[in-house]
Amino acid sequence: MKASKFLAVPYIAWVLIFTIIPLSLVVFFALTDSDGNFTLDNLFQMSDYMSVLFRSIVFAIIATVICLVIAFPAAYIISRVSSMNQSSLIILIMVPMWISFLLRTYAWMTLLEPNGLINKMFSLVGLGPFDLINNAGAVILGMVYNYLPFMILPLHSVMTKIEPHTVEAAQDLGCNKINLVRKVILPLSMPGISTGIVAVFVPSVSTFVISRMLGGGTNDLIGDFIESQFLGNSYNPHLGSAMALVLMVIVLFMMSLFNQFGSEEGAV
Amino acid sequence: MKNTIISLRNAVVEYDGEKILKDINLDIIDKQFVTLLGPSGCGKTTTLRIIGGFAEMASGELFFNGVKINNLPPHKRQVNTVFQKYALFPHLNIFENIAFGLRIQKLPEKEIKARVEEMLKLVNMEGFEKRSINSLSGGQQQRIAIARALVNRPKVLLLDEPLGALDLKLRKEMQIELKRIQQELEITFIYVTHDQEEALTMSDTVVVMKDGTIQQIGTPQDIYNEPNNAFIADFIGESNIIDGIMRRDFLVEFAGKEFACVDKGFEKDELVDVVIRPEDIKVVPQYQGAIIGVVENVIFKGVHYEISVDALGYKWIIHSTQSEEVGSIIGMNVTPTDIHIMHKQEEE
Ligand SMILES: Nc1ncnc2c1ncn2[C@@H]1O[C@H](COP(=O)(O)OP(=O)(O)O)[C@@H](O)[C@H]1O
Ligand SMILES: [Mg+2]
Repeated sequence: MKASKFLAVPYIAWVLIFTIIPLSLVVFFALTDSDGNFTLDNLFQMSDYMSVLFRSIVFAIIATVICLVIAFPAAYIISRVSSMNQSSLIILIMVPMWISFLLRTYAWMTLLEPNGLINKMFSLVGLGPFDLINNAGAVILGMVYNYLPFMILPLHSVMTKIEPHTVEAAQDLGCNKINLVRKVILPLSMPGISTGIVAVFVPSVSTFVISRMLGGGTNDLIGDFIESQFLGNSYNPHLGSAMALVLMVIVLFMMSLFNQFGSEEGAV
Repeated sequence: MKNTIISLRNAVVEYDGEKILKDINLDIIDKQFVTLLGPSGCGKTTTLRIIGGFAEMASGELFFNGVKINNLPPHKRQVNTVFQKYALFPHLNIFENIAFGLRIQKLPEKEIKARVEEMLKLVNMEGFEKRSINSLSGGQQQRIAIARALVNRPKVLLLDEPLGALDLKLRKEMQIELKRIQQELEITFIYVTHDQEEALTMSDTVVVMKDGTIQQIGTPQDIYNEPNNAFIADFIGESNIIDGIMRRDFLVEFAGKEFACVDKGFEKDELVDVVIRPEDIKVVPQYQGAIIGVVENVIFKGVHYEISVDALGYKWIIHSTQSEEVGSIIGMNVTPTDIHIMHKQEEE
């Protein structure tokens, strides 16, 4: 017993230093003014940023849904091929993650620009140029591209646990393809789906790099505003902390709602 | 009149260029308990999967009630399967597992409930509706798997070594229970096993398979008493298989002596397999025996003693109700009707 308790010390220290203390600081800053006195002004100031917050959440939801729609069939197909091909496919999906996040997003800039690669291809056949960058679509594309593996990996990991015999049993009992997905694959994938949704939604809703690089200044998200309160010209860590706190509470609220829904689904 | 419900014609299955089933022809009689019996890897599961719709034939035809169903997907076949590892749905409770097929058919809730209850009763699992499948023992899970398949009222139930994972006592109980269910419901069972005793006690018809071919089809009595070849004789219960020479009709030479037998139609001096069941050898005093040997080993098997005898280099197994002393010299006799002569099997 003693030894096992001792083993938990590094973890507890880690959580304390890198989670509990920073979180307490965020709460402290959000509820104080520059003189250190208690105030709710920072939170009230948030009302000016409601539309940004709303846009962030909508973009993140759209990106998450697109990721889910792409990842679900992809992960299922991967989980059904031979185990050797499975590992190669999984590595292929992870390869982009080994390249710097900034670099990957820069790459999209050069692709999407008015005189970027894609528009050049269009001009070869006499089309375009199209506005591919500096709009909402480009931001959502960036989110989907960057976070898609976070959806595929947890889905793949639960789907490999679905036995081929379980699938065959469902077909044997009368399931066509649609019923098979609805009655067996989907419910058995629920844990992976909820993990994937959290893993895509949370970084999407708080990103500032993607929106800045692909959004062209008109699609800034709450992450951009938080960042500029700490590092930008409108330096105000109290307001920045308040924004971060509100975002965090909203995310936690949405996730708990979703998990409740998810676990009920799973139980049916 | 016996109706054929399922027919396989010239079924060939290949995996990676290797022939797994080699030209199988099989007629399944309606309402019979048919067992596919053979050693592991002989193609029993593959045969079952063709009938269930989960494996494809390279060539050949599958008929159900006279209609060709080669390309009918599994969910449209009037056949249900009890899988080797049960394959119950882990996200559903017992009731919903059994109700699964009925919900797909969108039957009214009242009928679903009635039919699930009926099935739970059939497999002696009343009161387990709300339980999760993880809380069940292997034997109980198997009962639920059977109920889940039967609730759809299939014409044919396929069972792939359903009792393989159970301990001996439970297996015996389930054998009796399965037979009862089959007779009660009057449907066709196609049952796969590598356990010859199981096959003999449960079946109306036994299909003996080896290396992707059918060796013999017959009643358990036929298969046991008149095996087509030495492989079957050996596989169906223990046998002494000795090299012999057919001198002429009704006369065979083995173990250095000539014996009268009841077989004929062999070529003169044809090399044959002589098959004698261990229980058909009578132990007699040395001077009365046709064959004389030394007792090497005696094991008590509960009902009988298993006696190993060495006779001039030939090893014999005898089942006898009386024990013999190790090292003693005994005589052995066989009556002509218990000597089975078989053509030598061509080695591949
Ligand atoms: N999907 C498959 N791919 C390749 N070989 C297979 C496959 N399924 C079965 N086999 C091979 O076919 C042979 C027969 O298998 P099976 O029908 O399962 O035998 P049994 O059920 O009698 O033990 C085995 O040698 C097995 O390795
Ligand atoms: Mg098998």
